[in-house]
Amino acid sequence: MAYYEEDDLNRFGEIGKHRPDLFEKFMAWYQACQEDGALSRREKALIGLAVAHALQCPYCIDAYSQSCLESGSNLEQMTEAIHMASALRGGACLIHGLQAHNAVNKVSM
Amino acid sequence: MGQSLPVINAENGEARAPVGFDEKLAAHGLALRAGAVETLQVNVGKLCNQACKHCHVDAGPKRTEIMSPETAEQIVAAVRRFHFPIVDITGGAPELNPSFRYLVKESRAAGAHVIVRHNLTVMFEPEQADLPDFFREHRVEVVSSLPYFLEQQTDAQRGHGVFVKSLEAMRRLNGVGYGLTQSGLVLNLVYNPTGAFLPPAEGSIEADFKRELAARYGVSFNRLYTITNMPIRRFLDYLRRTGNEERYMRKLVEAFNPQAVEGLMCRNLLSVDWTGRLYDCDFNQMLDLPIAAGLPRTISAYDPVKFSARPISTAAHCFGCTAGAGSSCGGSVMKN
Repeated sequence: MAYYEEDDLNRFGEIGKHRPDLFEKFMAWYQACQEDGALSRREKALIGLAVAHALQCPYCIDAYSQSCLESGSNLEQMTEAIHMASALRGGACLIHGLQAHNAVNKVSM
Repeated sequence: MGQSLPVINAENGEARAPVGFDEKLAAHGLALRAGAVETLQVNVGKLCNQACKHCHVDAGPKRTEIMSPETAEQIVAAVRRFHFPIVDITGGAPELNPSFRYLVKESRAAGAHVIVRHNLTVMFEPEQADLPDFFREHRVEVVSSLPYFLEQQTDAQRGHGVFVKSLEAMRRLNGVGYGLTQSGLVLNLVYNPTGAFLPPAEGSIEADFKRELAARYGVSFNRLYTITNMPIRRFLDYLRRTGNEERYMRKLVEAFNPQAVEGLMCRNLLSVDWTGRLYDCDFNQMLDLPIAAGLPRTISAYDPVKFSARPISTAAHCFGCTAGAGSSCGGSVMKN
């Protein structure tokens, strides 16, 4: 058995069986975040796709790939968003090299 | 594994939906009945110079089902007698039918606004090079499919080389005034998703098309219509082949928008096939889903009184027209 099942995405609502009040609050907030605002739905979908990759959540990658297509993005634009997430992850990793440098310097003569 | 969907109306190539369309309407206190017929949509047959992957007609170069001159005469007689405000001519590539120009000329002479579903590339078939001038002469509204403003997506759906040819055809249409703001000659494009997903908001993607087509290729058009891919015929085959049917149908059902029902095209449209038989829409025609019992079945027996307020025949594919912003031959039902 795989840990991730595609159909689980459609079962998300089952989380609401316990503490439905909290789930309803989450869903209302989540839906409101998707709406057109100062950012368009398309921009938000691309942000969602990038974050999904940074989190490496297969459900979110699946859902936001569809959202990107359904808000008019193409694979070139989506790939740029994924590169942004990757670049941030890479940069975040690399800058922690200074922590290592600091740690080394602290114990070095 | 996910639980399989119950099978509803699975015969005759119908998609499998988790709930019946009429049942869904009833749950919202709705029923689907026609109003007055404003558009006579004439499908002159399945012959086409292209064989697009999403085509609900299964049209292609080898299809032989095309309208006879006798049937075309019956349609013109009905247009003259009943004064349909709009005659919408489709196919296949309708221009390949020998009666096409007769239908256009006589419908215009009878006072109808004429729309032609023109696939752009047919302009490069023998004896079709003068189509831009013919359209202009008869003030035809041209509606053309271009699923995306990039070559890869367009050719993936409509065939290798279609994008480049389509742009050249648009240049020729622009050249006689089509798609230019002040000309009054209307060239509208149609966006179809190039896969198993819903179309984006019409206004948003229209702005992209206008900007990108002008900047990249120097061509222009009037409006962009977004049309949802209907889960029938060739697109349904694609869904089944790729394991996408269940997911796509669930998406359509979950996106059911009760507010789109009032504006559905079947409420003001009557579809006639290449043999003269009548249907509630072009999709029902392709599924051979008959109009309500007791009504005349052919254009030669059409009676506007009997057809007004008729119940519309529905099946699972109707969820395609009610999903999200809704879908019709004139784009999204809910205009933004």
